[in-house]
Amino acid sequence: MAKPVIAALPPWLQRTLIRWGVHPDDRKRPVADLPVERMPLPPLLFLPLQQHVGAPARPVVQIGDRVAKGQLVAEASANISAPVHASTSGVIQDITTYPAPHPSGLEQPVIVLAPDGEDRWLNTSPPADPFALEPAAIAKIVAEAGVVGLGGATFPSAVKFALGLRVKVTTLIVNGGECEPYLSCDDRLMRDHADEVIDGIRIVMHAIGARQAKVGIENNKPEAIAAMQAAAAPYPAVEVIPVPAHYPMGSDKQLIQVLTGKEVPFDGRAADVGVLVHNVGTCRAVQQAVRKGHPLVERLVTVSGGAVPAPRNLLVPIGAPVQALFDHCGGFVSPPARVVMGGPMMGNPLATCASPVIKGTSGVLALTPAEVGDSGVNACIRCASCVAACPMNLMPLEMAAHIRVDDLDGAFQLGLNDCIGCGCCSYVCPSSVPLSHYFSYAKGALSNNERATLKSESIKKLTTARTERLEREAQEKAEAAARRKAEREAAKAKAAAAAAQASKPATEEVSS
Amino acid sequence: MSTLPSSAAHAPHAHSGTTVSRVMGTVMLALLPATLYGFYLYGWPSIWLWLITVGACLIMEVACLRLTGRGGPATLWDGSALLAGWLLAMTLPPWAPWWIGVIGAFATIVVAKHAYGGLGQNPFNPAMVGRVALLISFPLPLTTWVRPVPLFAAGSPGPAEGLHITLFGSGVPDALTSATLLGHVKTEATRGMDVPHALAELLGSAPYGFGWHSGSMGETATLLILAGGLFLLAKRLITWHIPVAVLAGCAIPAAIAHALQPEAYLSAGHHLAAGALMQGAFFIATDMVTSPASTSGRLIFGFGVGLLTWVIRSFAGFPEGLAFAVLLMNACVPLIDRFTRPRIYGHGKPAGAR
Repeated sequence: MAKPVIAALPPWLQRTLIRWGVHPDDRKRPVADLPVERMPLPPLLFLPLQQHVGAPARPVVQIGDRVAKGQLVAEASANISAPVHASTSGVIQDITTYPAPHPSGLEQPVIVLAPDGEDRWLNTSPPADPFALEPAAIAKIVAEAGVVGLGGATFPSAVKFALGLRVKVTTLIVNGGECEPYLSCDDRLMRDHADEVIDGIRIVMHAIGARQAKVGIENNKPEAIAAMQAAAAPYPAVEVIPVPAHYPMGSDKQLIQVLTGKEVPFDGRAADVGVLVHNVGTCRAVQQAVRKGHPLVERLVTVSGGAVPAPRNLLVPIGAPVQALFDHCGGFVSPPARVVMGGPMMGNPLATCASPVIKGTSGVLALTPAEVGDSGVNACIRCASCVAACPMNLMPLEMAAHIRVDDLDGAFQLGLNDCIGCGCCSYVCPSSVPLSHYFSYAKGALSNNERATLKSESIKKLTTARTERLEREAQEKAEAAARRKAEREAAKAKAAAAAAQASKPATEEVSS
Repeated sequence: MSTLPSSAAHAPHAHSGTTVSRVMGTVMLALLPATLYGFYLYGWPSIWLWLITVGACLIMEVACLRLTGRGGPATLWDGSALLAGWLLAMTLPPWAPWWIGVIGAFATIVVAKHAYGGLGQNPFNPAMVGRVALLISFPLPLTTWVRPVPLFAAGSPGPAEGLHITLFGSGVPDALTSATLLGHVKTEATRGMDVPHALAELLGSAPYGFGWHSGSMGETATLLILAGGLFLLAKRLITWHIPVAVLAGCAIPAAIAHALQPEAYLSAGHHLAAGALMQGAFFIATDMVTSPASTSGRLIFGFGVGLLTWVIRSFAGFPEGLAFAVLLMNACVPLIDRFTRPRIYGHGKPAGAR
């Protein structure tokens, strides 16, 4: 019996068959219905060299350089890396460190750009017909444009393209789920630029050799679904499919399951089941890079939360300080209990609003205490709400019990590394046990342990190798010495024999 | 550069709003109709006994929390002790003396809950531990049942008289005693009377399940208990697995046995409506702390509770076996949990995939 493709079933059946996840209040409107505003350029832009998964970019500009919008300021430094471009035209003011958009608020290397206000694009010559290009050529354009996964994963897109060519990928899954509450930047993008998104999807299909594309959009975005379906109408290979609004539908694994009925194996990648997932924003960034020659220098960001008086979707240059976004939306009505980059379910709390918007920033939220819903942690009552909510079918309560007594291996046995960190378990827990936090901690501790083990193993290996080498050398030396000695003795014996022979030649003749 | 508060917090930055006290409160709300009806049926002594049992549970909870230094003041108001006391009171004979409630509360709160480490740590259902301890230690008061004498009816004791009955244990007047359905059938069976005759003797032709017979508050008004259980299902506080499995675990063997030998075995209908099965299925076996976490585990657990209840009722010395069945299955929960872990996404071969 094949697993049902849930997305192809009637909605009431979808509800019964999806046994995981939660239904948080989505709080997307009215922000999602307001037109996007372009944020005015802030006085300074802070371009982190590390905005992606992989090695940080390497600066290629000097302090004082004048750059155009879209000009390369830092190049990719490894196979898995992404370049950084100037978000507007201006002058490189500094190459220094600055608070990262990370809970720690630690400083990281940035290039500081002072905009000149002209916002002048670099002249480029995009290809006439991307579909005439080799897939590898498209991957090169995308890599050079610094496009990374815009759903929040920030994995360099071109690297994923190359994977699509190595493994046989038949289906491109396009993630328009946007299941996080509050966020509506992808919704806005699909409503306002459906044609460009569909064009981007077709370019990505060409680049990875996929025959078909399935665009999954949560059914709480009917306008986006309508716009995308209209834009996809001329292309039968591109199918726009409404999926139930159900957190975490926008998680790759869950979306793949709902759209194709396939499960990504725990020890493999999506490509192993013949699919590749890209976010709608990423597809549009690819389109902009290929059609216009525009690298990824700006993005839509949802600015929302109860502490924001005029929440809005903004078009923001990468590198703008978060504070500038809030200021543009009217500051704070009340001091926020927490400022979050990303959505409320998986986003990172910020240590400071000075941190810049990066490529993966889908939203910045200023949440009130009521929205955060902080209450004290109580004892687990084994209600198993977390088990019912877990989209990976894990047993969070048992994993947490192991982690609490520092039995990380026990938690690992129960599937700790399969946890996708969606936060459903913490969200439903009546005792407010910070389950997600436990799991993040344990994953970090485990991988540290693993690294330490690998390190000690490799040291052990080296030490053993050295000992063996020394022994071998000693043995070889001894053998060589013995050989030389033997040779010497043989020579001596020979010489003695020769001398003996020379002294009694007559006898020799007689005997022979 | 200002530092924001709570940057050390971890996602999610939102919560469903469900709390332990809300969970407990909803269960109590579901128990309320059956409880009020029980108060009405059995009058003031039952109200006093309920108050004493619940009060004793709360006092012992406070004492234990103090002694162990567990939890803050909020822990008392999470409602778990109140609910445990309430459930215990629902299983007691309504006219039982005060010390039954107090000793039961001790077994429930001190022995079954806090000795094991407090809320969430106890392997056995506290209310059932309380009830079984009482039943084994004091069989007589635990099996002396009163006929319904509704509040305000002639012969129903007033508040003061009711308190006197509860405090000074004058016992149930002989004129008011009556056997429960299960107790009656069991007693008559030992005397050699078959099941249909025993039933006819007790009930005449009156229907069963509406509460107009003797029993504890939690077992007579079967339909109100069922309504409360359906409310919990609708509120998604419990899932259908345990209640359905408990009822099926008892009803299926009962129906088979009754079909084979109607003179020796009660019908499935009587098993479902009599005794504590309905309360057990919806309110006791579904106790979150002491039941399995996975759905398949819940089905196994529930079926075991139902089946053991039927076995004890039909073959053992006790007329009712739900409390024993629950405790026996509680002991199996770690094992059940271990062998019924759900298949993790992406692990093993999904049925028919690829």
